[in-house]
Amino acid sequence: MLKILKYSFYDLIRSRWSYVYFLFYLALGFVLLFLNNDVSKAVITLMNVIIVLIPLIGTIFGVMYYYNSREFTELLLAQPIKRSSIFLGQYFGVAGSLTLSLVLGLGIPFVLYGLLRSNAIFDFSLLLVTGAFLTFIFVGLSFVIAISNENKIKGFGYAVLLWLFLAVVYDGLFLMSLIVFEEYPLDTFSLVATILNPIDLSRILILLKLDISALLGYTGAIFKQFFGTNLGFLISLAILLLWTILPLLGLRYKAGKKDF
Amino acid sequence: MTIEINKLHKQFGKNQVLKGVDLSIDKGNIYAILGPNGSGKTTLIKSILGMVIPNKGQISVLGEPIKKGWKYRKKIDYLPQIANFPPNIKVKELIGMIKDLRNSPSEEAELIDLFGLEPFLNKKLATLSGGTKQKVNIVLTFMFDSPLIILDEPTTGLDPKALIHLKELIQKEKANGKTILITSHIMQFVEEVADEIVYLLEGEIYFKGCIGKLMEQTEQTNFEHAIAAITTASHA
Repeated sequence: MLKILKYSFYDLIRSRWSYVYFLFYLALGFVLLFLNNDVSKAVITLMNVIIVLIPLIGTIFGVMYYYNSREFTELLLAQPIKRSSIFLGQYFGVAGSLTLSLVLGLGIPFVLYGLLRSNAIFDFSLLLVTGAFLTFIFVGLSFVIAISNENKIKGFGYAVLLWLFLAVVYDGLFLMSLIVFEEYPLDTFSLVATILNPIDLSRILILLKLDISALLGYTGAIFKQFFGTNLGFLISLAILLLWTILPLLGLRYKAGKKDF
Repeated sequence: MTIEINKLHKQFGKNQVLKGVDLSIDKGNIYAILGPNGSGKTTLIKSILGMVIPNKGQISVLGEPIKKGWKYRKKIDYLPQIANFPPNIKVKELIGMIKDLRNSPSEEAELIDLFGLEPFLNKKLATLSGGTKQKVNIVLTFMFDSPLIILDEPTTGLDPKALIHLKELIQKEKANGKTILITSHIMQFVEEVADEIVYLLEGEIYFKGCIGKLMEQTEQTNFEHAIAAITTASHA
């Protein structure tokens, strides 16, 4: 598997899109720091951008890479390599190179600006860690969608719909249900609903660590009670991990049964 | 027995491609798997390679059942039908990569020389023509020393000189005692290289035997016509 990972990774970091992605984050990092003139504020703005963007890029890259490397995958399938190693290797190659673009692209401007001397370093690391999680989660989901759909257009469609659902529609449904059921106690419901969506979970996790939960009012207090503690923090990370592992199990299952 | 196939069934959705294929492939011969388009040739080959997972039936390669295995593929050199490689990497890197992945001794230098690929070694695969890609494909297949060679449409896009080299290569490997499976639609090529013909029709083996037997059965003197007549001729 490591060999496949190595080749997928090299293949990707030499492709134009990885550079575009890297340069985008680089530019974003510099511009935000220049405009905000403050590391902590830049981290907040950055969060709003990347929490939506990372899943989208992960989804599109994952689907694109899977379909583009189909013939190459067939070449590998005829070699003495275990099936699951091929797909897991490719998965880690894509997710790894995207994460590298993210970490370097955002890391360089922040380090140059003096992140290491500021006290926002923990928040910033958390941002990168959740960003990495989101990348792995969405690349995994998109691989599962791509391997289940022979038709590229369908695969792309489902993957983008999934992103749209988790990034936008889910929040809408969530808010609507809060309004409809406002007469009932909704603390547990909202907590669970947040945890079930990796994008929401990441957002809340970062927001609460940034100490701006006071802005969230009453709900914020409940969330703070849960996520603010070490236990809540660990549970959140565990759930993100679960979100990462589930698509991988799906991928392994699908890869074992598919005909090429 | 190099390959033993027992009651192999495969269907894609409602389309039943293989309907109980029984086939045994002996060591040291060149077999041509023929049949009209969509008769299941590629599916049969891919089942042997484990790329297609059969619904029913057993396959064993070199005495080992292949189900869920992957190590047996070390003993197979496979030339896929469509040579599409990752576009971003160079020919040299691709060769190095496959060598690295297989981890077996290889003799690519001679083959690169034979097919005149030196000028292309440092070019990216996306820039190569179809025929050149096929030559790279052939080098990748023949550079290892495996007892079983499977060639799916090896002649696609080759110029006459390369075709002659390919035939020589096939004969050389046969002389080394290897078993070779070939599919092709170029009957002249099949006639020249194959010892045995396996004719697939609608997912079943319709004919198996040497070219002489085929000619006799179909009462034809020309191989191409014999193949065309195979389905109309009456035979036991």
